[in-house]
Amino acid sequence: MGKYIVTNNPLVKEKLEDFVTVEYLDVDYPGLLEAVRDLVHQGAILLTHPLSGSVKPNETPYKSVLLTEGSDKLTDLESIKLIESAILTAKKFIEDKPDFERNFTERVRKDCQLIDYTLIYSALPSAGISTI
Amino acid sequence: MKLQLGYIDIKDIQFDKNPRIENGVLFVDPDALIQSVLQDELIKDAHFEIARPGESVRITPVKDVIQPRVKVEGEGGIFPGVMAKTTTVGSGVTHVLRGMSVVTVGRIVGFQEGIIDMTGPGADYTPFSKLNNLCLVMEPVENFKQHEYEHAARMAGFRVACEIAEMARNLTPDETQEFETVSIKESFKQYPDLPRVAYVQMLQSQGLLHDTYVYGVDAKRIVPTIIYPTETMDGAIISGNCVSACDKNTTYHHQNNPVVAELYAAHGKTINFVGQVITNENVYLADKIRSSDWTAKLCEYLAVDGAIISQEGFGNPDTDLIMNCTKIEDKGIKTVIITDEYAGQDGKSQSLADADPKANACVTGGNANMVIHLPKMDKVIGTLDYVDKIAGGHDGSLAEDGSIEAELQVITGATNEMGFNKLSAR
Repeated sequence: MGKYIVTNNPLVKEKLEDFVTVEYLDVDYPGLLEAVRDLVHQGAILLTHPLSGSVKPNETPYKSVLLTEGSDKLTDLESIKLIESAILTAKKFIEDKPDFERNFTERVRKDCQLIDYTLIYSALPSAGISTI
Repeated sequence: MKLQLGYIDIKDIQFDKNPRIENGVLFVDPDALIQSVLQDELIKDAHFEIARPGESVRITPVKDVIQPRVKVEGEGGIFPGVMAKTTTVGSGVTHVLRGMSVVTVGRIVGFQEGIIDMTGPGADYTPFSKLNNLCLVMEPVENFKQHEYEHAARMAGFRVACEIAEMARNLTPDETQEFETVSIKESFKQYPDLPRVAYVQMLQSQGLLHDTYVYGVDAKRIVPTIIYPTETMDGAIISGNCVSACDKNTTYHHQNNPVVAELYAAHGKTINFVGQVITNENVYLADKIRSSDWTAKLCEYLAVDGAIISQEGFGNPDTDLIMNCTKIEDKGIKTVIITDEYAGQDGKSQSLADADPKANACVTGGNANMVIHLPKMDKVIGTLDYVDKIAGGHDGSLAEDGSIEAELQVITGATNEMGFNKLSAR
């Protein structure tokens, strides 16, 4: 069973693609979660929580999720429940503050990338993925 | 395990060349004290400022709040595994500088948050407005790595707090209090007719700016374990958490955990408080399952009738909270959860990212999305550069007149999920 990251964060791609398969998508935060949902419907299993971090969906444009291919291509119901509820939560936050990115400077954007990178990075040892 | 806390009341802080505590006034020599801060090569510049209750002062961005304490008798030292050896703490005598804190201030990442107003409407929402705050304002060197600088800033705060606390070592406390937790066997004999209650404390543990340390160990690397509540009073748990200002637990919160205080106060009267379980809030789903399984198992092992569960942070930790709650309930143990809410500015949206009918006893720290207006303060300690970008702020949050319109979540400790708040509603 292969493990892989789906991300819209260029820093995750840059830093981690030598150690784990990274699927980079040029989409926004909800778009990324929806892409993960589609993969889960095709049999992928979530390994990290899609809303990881206390930086909220209307505070960062970046999200990375670690998945694994299911062994039998059956939909994992727990994963479906998690990703569907994450999409609802994310949309709720973004509706509250749709223009949150408007005043992001390049430095703030880089910091958001870094935080998302460290969140996904923190899961790698538990997943048995070495970055040495 | 028994710990006596000796409180030295600090009514004011003054700068003076002769550092001492005299008649309730803490005198610090900023030039001498800053040397231990600047010994870290990642800190380019640093200085101290004092913020007193009622002054027209705004402190931001706040990283951590720390209460100076010193171990006077007994094993180990304050902040074990970090500032002292890893020896188990929580027994003997500890002196506490009550009524003051060390606040670490300054940028770590660009959207960092955390406001403490010392007067006005914002002051009502943070317990730290009622303290005399010695603010350590730090600037990083150019091209710093954020995780390294976060560590440097965290350690600088602890060094300052420990250095100040040394002045209280030989003083006579204004008040003393004793706290004791006995062995499991003794606890059955002590109050056989009272319901046995444990405290389950969830620790933020998700990575850079989201970390907590237990005896110096990154909490994401622990499995749930049992800790004597008095260990936390000696700084066994420290904050490395810089995000989510309203509901992060600062080191001060850990040192003065209000759930622990209330459970000790009720111990022997209405409940038998048998101990504390600590667990983490990891990103990896298998870690969440393991940690919540073990937390429930430890509650069962302690043979408790009830558990109080406190959360830290929002979103993904809601999942850990509900997993802990349902699994403990499934053991036949009643739970009460302490959380806060992100229910939208009108308060009408679902408050938590996860929920379950078994979570039927809930204490809330308030709605972090509520909009507040913070008038201009005469003085800013730190910088307002990030107010438009902090969590709960928005483009235009900072008006030209220096006032701020933002969500409650910008204020440090405003919706704390240990219940360490000043405001309540009935």
